[in-house]
Amino acid sequence: MEKNRESGVVMETKVREILDRYPEGRTENLIPVLQDIQETDGYLSEESVLEVSRHLKMPASKIYGVATFYNQFRFAPLGKYHVQICCGTACHVLGASTVLEEIEKNIGVKSGETTKDGLFSMEVVACIGACGLAPVISINGNFHAKVTGESIKEILDNYRNQE
Amino acid sequence: MNSQYNSSVKDFLIDEVLRDFTNNSKDPHLLEQISVLRNEKISEPVIYVGAGTCGLGAGAAKTLKSVRKYIEEKDIKARVIETGCIGLCAVEPIMDVQIPGYNRVSFQNVTEDKVDEVLDAVFQLEVPEKFVLGQFDQSDTRKWDGVRFLKDHPFFAPQKRLVLKNCGIIDPVDIKEYIARGGYKSYIKAINVHSPSDICDIIEKSGLRGRGGGGFPTGLKWKFANREESDQKYLICNADEGDPGAFMDRAVIEGDPHRLIEGMAIGAYAIGATKAYIYIRAEYPLAIERLESAIEEAREYGLVGEDIFGTGVDFDIRIKKGAGAFVCGEETALMHSIEGKRGMPRPRPPFPTTRGLFGKPSVINNVETFANVSEILLNGADWFASTGTEKSKGTKVFALSGKIALTGLVEIPMGTTVREVIFDIAGGILNNRKFKAVQIGGPSGGCITEENLDIQIDYDSLINVGAMMGSGGLVVMDEDTCMVDVAKFFMGFIQRESCGKCIPCREGTKRLLEILESITSKPDAANTEALDRFKGVMQIEKLSQVIKDTSLCGLGQTAPNPVLSTHKLFRDEYEAHLYDRQCPAGVCQNLKVYKIDVDKCTGCTVCIRKCPVDAIIGSKKSPHFIVEDKCIGCGACYEACKFDAIEVV
Ligand SMILES: Cc1cc2nc3c(=O)[nH]c(=O)nc-3n(C[C@H](O)[C@H](O)[C@H](O)COP(=O)(O)O)c2cc1C
Ligand code: SF4
Ligand code: SF4
Ligand code: SF4
Ligand code: FES
Repeated sequence: MEKNRESGVVMETKVREILDRYPEGRTENLIPVLQDIQETDGYLSEESVLEVSRHLKMPASKIYGVATFYNQFRFAPLGKYHVQICCGTACHVLGASTVLEEIEKNIGVKSGETTKDGLFSMEVVACIGACGLAPVISINGNFHAKVTGESIKEILDNYRNQE
Repeated sequence: MNSQYNSSVKDFLIDEVLRDFTNNSKDPHLLEQISVLRNEKISEPVIYVGAGTCGLGAGAAKTLKSVRKYIEEKDIKARVIETGCIGLCAVEPIMDVQIPGYNRVSFQNVTEDKVDEVLDAVFQLEVPEKFVLGQFDQSDTRKWDGVRFLKDHPFFAPQKRLVLKNCGIIDPVDIKEYIARGGYKSYIKAINVHSPSDICDIIEKSGLRGRGGGGFPTGLKWKFANREESDQKYLICNADEGDPGAFMDRAVIEGDPHRLIEGMAIGAYAIGATKAYIYIRAEYPLAIERLESAIEEAREYGLVGEDIFGTGVDFDIRIKKGAGAFVCGEETALMHSIEGKRGMPRPRPPFPTTRGLFGKPSVINNVETFANVSEILLNGADWFASTGTEKSKGTKVFALSGKIALTGLVEIPMGTTVREVIFDIAGGILNNRKFKAVQIGGPSGGCITEENLDIQIDYDSLINVGAMMGSGGLVVMDEDTCMVDVAKFFMGFIQRESCGKCIPCREGTKRLLEILESITSKPDAANTEALDRFKGVMQIEKLSQVIKDTSLCGLGQTAPNPVLSTHKLFRDEYEAHLYDRQCPAGVCQNLKVYKIDVDKCTGCTVCIRKCPVDAIIGSKKSPHFIVEDKCIGCGACYEACKFDAIEVV
């Protein structure tokens, strides 16, 4: 409890900094503000949404309405390694579903979830624009091309071993 | 010193190249300076590495590191330039080497461990055959003997590159090189000598049509907005590139961002807009970074900002990051998203040219559409219209992916046949398998089969065969691809991405998906659902028609296309799933039946432990048995068995 409150305080100052970059408080800034917060925190916490609500003078329900519409926004913290697996057309045709199954089995969570130890989180995305190298996954922004059910094990182990 | 050099180059480019837009000077001193900026005349070696998203995915970052280490260790004075993607994703990382006095030469598959080998050879004036792609065709430098020109490579020879002209060749974040190659001349000329309506006329006459899918004549759209009276108008670039399997907009932005900015600047002038937005997907961080830096450079050169080159023209440009919703590629949804709202489409009319962003007249065009504009103004409408078919002028960029030998980006004249693209340019099907179909137009499009491979690609002929241009993603499928599975994939995508505003789109696509799921799911023992399956398939066409006729936006109106197209062209595959409960391509997992061969099974029990649903019974050292009703067809046992005792039937 104590700890939570403390991290809440830290978070709020960061959120303030972001909000200060958008002094006008216009609706138009809602999505960029949420994107900036997610970039720093990795997700949208309840406190930060409330803070945005006060700043933009917009009901929190409305903010959730917008945020949930878009695939980009997350409401739970990310793992240390965020695995994005592309399930676009090109990747699908070249076997992305096998890779997806293997990842789910390997780290034990499904899309949108984070492992209990906080090491991995996973997210299915639709095309990251490297279709020529399908199937593609990206871990913390680093691309891995032409992955297979086999090679993915090695890739994930490499990240595990960095611990 | 460097900044001093830069500012004198800047003065030179602004005063003697851009301001002098009408004069094609033959002054040798000036020409020499330009060829230096174009990196044609060099005094020290230059090493280029293709570092677009695809190149980086293939390991270009590590290649770059090796290159830098190499020149440092050998104490070679050389420049290293990161370029965008030249289009041959299949053979990345691509590295070019240019040494003074010689033509630039391009190498493929240069992973980090190959860098030394290639560089050692080139610095000893040898070209390692194993890696060479081809040499550039330069006029003043020496040719490498026995090395073909890059432009004669079968992948490049049939292409005509206007939009991709600089991609993979120039330094994308160096405005000097872009200007030295003729960039921003069209813009400065436009705002000095042409009226906005002149520009609309030229673009209309060129026959340029929107490259974002709809194919609406660009000049006409600009005219509509030009005629509106308003205190504020907006120009928007649609860089949402939502079709999973299309990546040409990303490549243009990463490889030649100034081309987009220039096209937009001209468009803004033509319609009388002073503010512009680029709506770009957040999934493209590198493209966003390069755009930001290019806009900053253009601002420093006075090409973006107020009173551009003293003409009184203002032009400002902002980047808006998308937040991952396919429907936001639709123009009205996109504008709602910029306004900070849920990205839901609205009925048209009013069209955006009358009431668009923030209620003001707005023009929205695709990245590739804008990327054509400067070239048209530079060379004239007739020149542009001389390429292509009667109703589709110019070129089109296609993103090739799937089961094809050379994946990548190609730009071809409209009217090229699908067969030429797949078999001549891209080298045919991967691993010499048999071609089955090519999906074109993404979630709104359809398939082209062997029978129609010789149609000429243009907006109208694709519609005639039940496909559509879309944004230009070509996903190639071979005999191992299941077409019912492909249809199901697209329906699943549409289902997730439908904004939910209209019932036919939201619920209708769900029913379509359920029908496809029912015929690809595991047969139940009693076969009670058989009737539902039959009924479902019989309703596909009727249901699709209702969705098409009654949906509000393009997403719903085209959503059934992938199902209709595969259902029409691959009826036998649908029937095999429906009647025989089999997937001929062996893709649909649930239709696979796993059996244990009692003669081969040693009773090692490995499979029991692997089965996620306890579908295998048997005791140690005696043959095991799979309970078909319980088995979900995951294949885990099949992979685990070391005695080849498990077979798929
Ligand atoms: C569901 C849907 C998604 C779309 N996605 C895109 C897209 O990602 N990129 C794009 O340029 N146009 C897209 N469009 C087309 C745009 O609505 C619009 O017609 C286009 O941006 C106009 O530009 P153009 O005339 O230059 O093609 C989409 C349309 C629909 C209905
Ligand atoms: S057709 Fe579909 S995506 Fe388009 S407005 Fe209707 S529900 Fe939304
Ligand atoms: S793994 Fe193979 S050999 Fe072992 S029990 Fe299973 S089927 Fe028999
Ligand atoms: S295929 Fe999967 S579910 Fe079926 S028996 Fe084998 S392991 Fe079990
Ligand atoms: S489909 Fe996977 S990167 Fe495009």
